Amino acid sequence: MGKHVLVIEDEPNIIEAISFILMRDGWTVDTHSNGHDALDAVAARAPDLVILDVMLPGRSGYDILTDLRAAPETRDLPVLMLTARGQAKDRELAERLGASRFMTKPFSNAEVLDALRALVPS
Amino acid sequence: MPQRQLVGARIRERRMIADLRQSEVARRAGISASYLNLIEHNRRRIGGKLLLDIAQVLGVEPASLSEGAEAALITLLREARAADPMAGAEAEALEDFAGRFPGWARLLAGRHRRAVDLEHTVETLTDRLAHDPHLAAALHDMLSTVTAIRATAGILADTRELEPEWRDRFHRNINEDSARLANSSQALVSYLDAAGETDAALSSPQEELEAFLNAHGYHFDALENLPEGAVGTDRIGAMLEEGQERLHSASAQAMARAYLERYLQDARRLPLRQFIKALRRTGPDPAALSQLLDTDLAAVMRRLATLPEGAGAGPVGMVSCDASGTLILRKPLPGFALPRFGAACPLWPLFQALSRPLSPIRQVVRQSAREGGVFLTYAVAQPCARRGDPLSDPLYEAHMMMLPLDGDAHDKGDPLELGVNCRICPRESCAGRREPSILTDGF
Repeated sequence: MGKHVLVIEDEPNIIEAISFILMRDGWTVDTHSNGHDALDAVAARAPDLVILDVMLPGRSGYDILTDLRAAPETRDLPVLMLTARGQAKDRELAERLGASRFMTKPFSNAEVLDALRALVPS
Repeated sequence: MPQRQLVGARIRERRMIADLRQSEVARRAGISASYLNLIEHNRRRIGGKLLLDIAQVLGVEPASLSEGAEAALITLLREARAADPMAGAEAEALEDFAGRFPGWARLLAGRHRRAVDLEHTVETLTDRLAHDPHLAAALHDMLSTVTAIRATAGILADTRELEPEWRDRFHRNINEDSARLANSSQALVSYLDAAGETDAALSSPQEELEAFLNAHGYHFDALENLPEGAVGTDRIGAMLEEGQERLHSASAQAMARAYLERYLQDARRLPLRQFIKALRRTGPDPAALSQLLDTDLAAVMRRLATLPEGAGAGPVGMVSCDASGTLILRKPLPGFALPRFGAACPLWPLFQALSRPLSPIRQVVRQSAREGGVFLTYAVAQPCARRGDPLSDPLYEAHMMMLPLDGDAHDKGDPLELGVNCRICPRESCAGRREPSILTDGF
């Protein structure tokens, strides 16, 4: 069984495309589409890695990341942040909050795969 | 209405505000009471020395009794002077200057108005990049759609053996997303095109409302001294119709209606003459007025901020916000800068009031922007509505009134330092800062 990734993203066609790519690459994929209870989803599914969108309904990805880093059990969980804003200050904020990797939309499938493989070597 | 009619009506209005009898004003101005009566009822022309004498008796500036080009010119020159107090323009020579050199005065007033318009446009365009939620949401939506298309197209192009059901599904997704992208890009282009028409598109409903209120000096004589009943609603309807030149959008019309309805309600609770009499006893102190008139502080503050010029309150600024902290009323006060877009400084007593409802705050403040003037503020948060069920928690609104404190005021104490909003505030170490300032961030 492959490594387990949780995709937290609210755009259904992005979820579908990313899920397809990752499953073909051997990952086990779970998805979640709102910010309200994203932390519960992480706790329930215990993924090896999280792909986290910044702008989510209910709660920002930055806030979720802050809570993940504050909890001992998810402090070291690899998190790939996705955002439509690619300014330096957004990247700096993500890094400061503890993002493992930061990727600006739109990205290519190969970029996502490369990032995930680097974060969770098989 | 011809100018002479306005002058007569204004003299009558100011005399009533000053609570003076016709015979008293006439005697002091050296004319008969019957002649003053004819003037007040617009049956005699007035100008020159007699106008100056009557203005002196009423304790107002002659310009405030006249209407038309000259009054507008003097108002603009006064604004120009206020905008640059360091230039030392002599206030007492203002009318003399406008009278003796009308061409130069018009030129100066015109340049001032142009500068204000350009500053307004620059401020709008600068802040738009960071604070236009519609633009930010539209771009985010487009980028998300492009991302979905790119990822899906990548799968279709790069996956050698794709099952027909997956292929069909991704084709359908691309089709949906491309249609969505086409729609959102058209909408964005229309939005940006409209933004080119500066006056229309750069005006939010809030700005339209403020233009309407400014044009009336925030005071509405037509809503004073009205009995209960439909006449008030009719007057408001007529005023909104007359105000269509400034209230372009349906939203601005609705906001203006709500404002005028509350104004009418306040005017009935606190009739103008009674309020001005009380004001003479207490000065512009909302707490004392509230006690004297046995009414709530917010209504008193609103009344103080909407008195006619010359009523004795002096310059009064006012801001109100709803429970989200969004400013819903901004009556400017020279020297106290208000944010045009986005949220205000979180240190304002206005927001402190929201966190302690029904507990009035009296606070001397100094703004770090502009000339750094010192102001006395009063703030309070009061319930304004319930969400249907009478037992539900009320919604609160907060109000803050600002009064200028002159250089010699001994009441200054230790002013609370605050700003306008974070983007243009130089106080780097402020505990309330929520975003970096453009003043310290490379600009």
